[in-house]
Amino acid sequence: MSLLSAKQVTKRFGGLTAVSELDFELEEGSIASVIGPNGAGKTTFFNCLTGFFHVDEGSITFDGRPIHTLRPDEVAHYGISRTYQNIRLFASMTAIENILVGQHNHMHATWMGAIVRTPAQRREERAAHVEALRLLDFVGLSGRGDSLAVKLPYGDQRRLEVARALANKPRLLLLDEPTAGMNPSETHQMTELFRQLRDDLGITVLLIEHEMRVVMDISEKITVLDYGRKIAEGTPAEIQKNQLVIEAYLGRATAPDEAGPADPVGPTEEDEALPPSDRGPSGSMT
Amino acid sequence: MTAVAIQPTDMPGAGAADTWNLRRVLQISVIAGVVAIYLCLVGIVPVFAERPLIVDVLELGQAALLITFGAASYLAGMDQVKASWLRAVVVGAIVGAITGAFLTGLVLLGEAIDLRSVFLNASPTLYALLTDGIVLTGPIVPIVAGAITGALAAVILGLPSAIRVPLVIGLSSLLFFGLFAGLLRTPMLVTPLRDVARFMFGSEGLTAAGAAIVFVVSVGTTAIVRRTKPRQRVNALPPRQRRLVVGPLGLLVLALVLLFPLAMGPFFAQVIALVAIFVLLGMGLNITLGLAGLLDLGFVAFFAVGAYTVALLTSTAEYGLANWGFWEAVPFAVLFAMLFGLILGLPILRIRGDYLAIATLGFGEIIRILAGSDLMKPILGGPRGILNIPKPLDVPPTHWLSGPVQIYYIALAFAAVVAFIAWRLRSSRLGRSWMAIREDEDVAEGMGVNLVQTKLLAYMLGGAFAGLAGAISAGLVGSIFASSIQLQLSINVAAIVIVGGMGSIPGVVVGALILVGLPELFREFSDYRLLFYGIALMVIMILRPEGLLPSRVTRRELHTSRELADVPDSELVTDEERREASLP
Amino acid sequence: MNARKLDRVTDVAIDVFMWSFKAVIIAVVVVGSVLTLLSGTYTPADWLELVGAGLTQGSIYAMIALGYTMVYGILRMINFAHGEIFMAGSFGGYFALVALASTGMLSQGVAVSLFAIGLAILAAMAVSVLLAVGVERIAYRPLRDAPRLVPLISAIGASLFLQYSFRGFFGSGLYAYPTPDFLKQDAPIPLLSMRWVDVLVVVASLAMMTVLYLFVMRSKLGTSIRAVSEDQGTAALMGIDANRAIVMTFVIGAAMAGAAGVLYGLAFIQVTYFMGVIPGIKAFTAAVLGGIGNVPGALLGGLFLGLIEAIGPTLFLSGFGVPATNQLKDAVAFTMLVLVLVFRPSGILGERVTRSRA
Repeated sequence: MSLLSAKQVTKRFGGLTAVSELDFELEEGSIASVIGPNGAGKTTFFNCLTGFFHVDEGSITFDGRPIHTLRPDEVAHYGISRTYQNIRLFASMTAIENILVGQHNHMHATWMGAIVRTPAQRREERAAHVEALRLLDFVGLSGRGDSLAVKLPYGDQRRLEVARALANKPRLLLLDEPTAGMNPSETHQMTELFRQLRDDLGITVLLIEHEMRVVMDISEKITVLDYGRKIAEGTPAEIQKNQLVIEAYLGRATAPDEAGPADPVGPTEEDEALPPSDRGPSGSMT
Repeated sequence: MTAVAIQPTDMPGAGAADTWNLRRVLQISVIAGVVAIYLCLVGIVPVFAERPLIVDVLELGQAALLITFGAASYLAGMDQVKASWLRAVVVGAIVGAITGAFLTGLVLLGEAIDLRSVFLNASPTLYALLTDGIVLTGPIVPIVAGAITGALAAVILGLPSAIRVPLVIGLSSLLFFGLFAGLLRTPMLVTPLRDVARFMFGSEGLTAAGAAIVFVVSVGTTAIVRRTKPRQRVNALPPRQRRLVVGPLGLLVLALVLLFPLAMGPFFAQVIALVAIFVLLGMGLNITLGLAGLLDLGFVAFFAVGAYTVALLTSTAEYGLANWGFWEAVPFAVLFAMLFGLILGLPILRIRGDYLAIATLGFGEIIRILAGSDLMKPILGGPRGILNIPKPLDVPPTHWLSGPVQIYYIALAFAAVVAFIAWRLRSSRLGRSWMAIREDEDVAEGMGVNLVQTKLLAYMLGGAFAGLAGAISAGLVGSIFASSIQLQLSINVAAIVIVGGMGSIPGVVVGALILVGLPELFREFSDYRLLFYGIALMVIMILRPEGLLPSRVTRRELHTSRELADVPDSELVTDEERREASLP
Repeated sequence: MNARKLDRVTDVAIDVFMWSFKAVIIAVVVVGSVLTLLSGTYTPADWLELVGAGLTQGSIYAMIALGYTMVYGILRMINFAHGEIFMAGSFGGYFALVALASTGMLSQGVAVSLFAIGLAILAAMAVSVLLAVGVERIAYRPLRDAPRLVPLISAIGASLFLQYSFRGFFGSGLYAYPTPDFLKQDAPIPLLSMRWVDVLVVVASLAMMTVLYLFVMRSKLGTSIRAVSEDQGTAALMGIDANRAIVMTFVIGAAMAGAAGVLYGLAFIQVTYFMGVIPGIKAFTAAVLGGIGNVPGALLGGLFLGLIEAIGPTLFLSGFGVPATNQLKDAVAFTMLVLVLVFRPSGILGERVTRSRA
């Protein structure tokens, strides 16, 4: 059975259908990518998976349990972590503190315990710090733990976001353009890191990526979205030959050559911010 | 400077050392002139024309104008002094004269038409004041006075910094002690220092002899401190020796803090007790606002719940329900404030950002209005209030702990407890969740933080401490009236937290001292207290947007960006150190 | 797992609470209204009188709300000093009107009086605009990139500074607006009982806000303001001077507030240095009610707030035997605010501006 399974997922904003009747399956232990031109609904799909948006139609199950009605914090408890397209670290907290927030689900200290500093609470806190340092090492940020997140170089911020996501000990990791803005060597390092995540830790990885080299290199399965619809799905080799995919990309002036180096990825317009969801005094979605 | 050197043509006249830069000179003069007229018309000059800073020498009203002249010339001269001292003096005189000319203009205009029908202070008294010089009289006086003051200010500007800095500090101390002389004198009169007090301080302002002493002492101290640089030396010491110096100093400060209200008499005790209550309030809001980033402009609601709970439970007068002792009632005050936080918090904590501020403000106002309404009058007494609330410590009136002194100690002790709690929570799972919400609540939620519950806890905890502050305040005053519940209190507390530096515990103390303590000391300037308060808020925010004493992290963020990014290797150690330090 | 269960229970409890909160409010409104209407204490004429008063008050809120809504739209800050800009306009208009009255203009017939009032409004606008531009320059502009709360505190500072400066200039007394006699007479309007002055307030504010709306929607400057509100960076790339747009926003808001100050003075006679505080907060409420960043929303929100606080306390509460319901009119207004924020955060008409990005 698939780890993640989306059936007929549809998400609309007013008149615009961002994701339309999407079926999607993801096997445990695989690495897959979602690609598509700007505005194809990729990040919207991620937001549906992580509870930031509630789908208008369809259903999503994770490990057999439905998650499309849950809030983001509940989804995180189920073992899904994510990173964000436009890096969203806790800017004025240190790198370590960022990772510690990521461990939220695996800590149990109550506020009373924190005030009196019970032995159990101290043990937990120390273990959490050790784990945070370990994760820093893992993503190649040894020694940066006390830097404020906002002060880290761009590439390191991306890495820290991955470390923060890993701190939740996820079974499924969603990465939203994790190599955007990186140079080729950094991109290569990140790609290796993702492979390691799967090979060593058994984490299932799902990427949104514009950098075609990364996608073709790492993915076992690629799903192509256009206007919110799935237009193709298959192995990298299949996708490269798919006529619909080529048209979807070439149909647009700014599209990257699917096999060649990717376009310089700017932030795509669609999901600059997270959804205002249904609660805050949010604006219209237009 | 480099920018100017590279592109002199882009900035006509600005900064180039060999031009007079008349535009800037004129600009400063006009602004200073407007300020001077403002000081006259708003009433500061005429109202305080009889309030001495230095008895028989200088009055506060005149001093305000002289300071305006001097400050304007000082500013204008800073560009010029690089070229030559003489030129700075000339420019200083010109700026002073132009500034003065505005006042001359005001006088002439006032004699031509009746300004008084609009501005209350544009009275003959004001004109007489402005035209009555020491040597001269007539409308020329402000111009001459301005020119002389301006030239003098520019002379000071040209002095080497070893002389200039002590001199400026000496003059500032004159202003400071001149303002507070009367307040300092009263408590000293009951001590062996009474003759010193009489010699140095008038009932208002310094005596001439006192002024001389204050000036000499402050100039001398500054000069010595500048020469010997004690702070750098202490910082240069190895840690163990540094502790030997800093430790006793810390104890000394603590002793001063504890003994202050006893030594300074009832007036200061009252003021400092109020400051302590606001420190407690600030510590409470520091959790809600400083850590969790929830701006609560209805904080007064919790204060009211705490105060009214204690009043209802303890009062022996009308509306009192139980005649309990103060300490039996306090836990209930805290509990009710917390419950109140729960009930109010639930609906509104889904609201974000500025809207939350305005919603809480709305709640605060609703509570205020209800407390004063006929609807609640049978229970809460409305404007007539609830009287006879017992003091926390039941001691005879002659006891040293009677009166506001006990409130001071109690509020301070609780404030310390709250500060401790905030400090402990800051480096815990909950504290980090709060900060994460403050930084980016969507992402925090994505990391598994339950927004409503976490925010609610911050809101309730902050509210509980505000309720405690309300209870203590009711004990201080001995009564509670509907009119004690004011929007200004909420604003005050928010200002304390933000002016002190969001999330910073020492910041709360400093904020309360400046925003509550100072205005209380300025009681005699009652009409202008809030005017200065407003100016202070603007000035502090513009000059130090991160607050006066920002918390460690914020300070680093704002000031040491480059070092942190450039020296990665040394941080390897600090990770470890930190883990050691924070986890005993 | 235990903690998760507790979380679940808490979540359900919260939902139940929210639901009952809604239910209680609706019950109070419905039952209260029915009881009040059944008791027959108030005649239809009473209600119509309240409607008239609500319209007058609401028009003034609407005009002040405009400044809040536009500044919030462009800078995402609550311009706390805006109530004081309104107060300053009221004083400016007062002195202008007193001067004009001393030439006898207010007793020379309707046309001349209205002309004099028009001049006073212009004077008030000038005073308000001058102060607002000064406040923007001194207290807000240096803080444009500071954290969100910093300009808020600076704005509170500016507000206190203006209040107490005016107290220093003009004292703490009440000034009585000179009002031409004809304005005090009842206007022959079917159903509603309104004085001419009320008619003047409502008509003038509607007219001014319509002109303003057309200006914002049609003119080049209005377009640039809207562009900067949408996205300052992109607008700058298009060659729009953001500073100019921001200053113009303050100018427009202040002009409206100044005019509102004069209308307030004419309708409610008394002006004083702290008169700006409560209308200021209420007008912000109105702006939120209408949907912030939204010009027609400000009008609608203002009128709605004016009506609800005129009618609401009596209609909802007097049926329960609550004494002196008019004391609670502000409480009703703020309850309205909280309810809108909780249950319809984007206001009646919806926000025009995109949401601020955390």
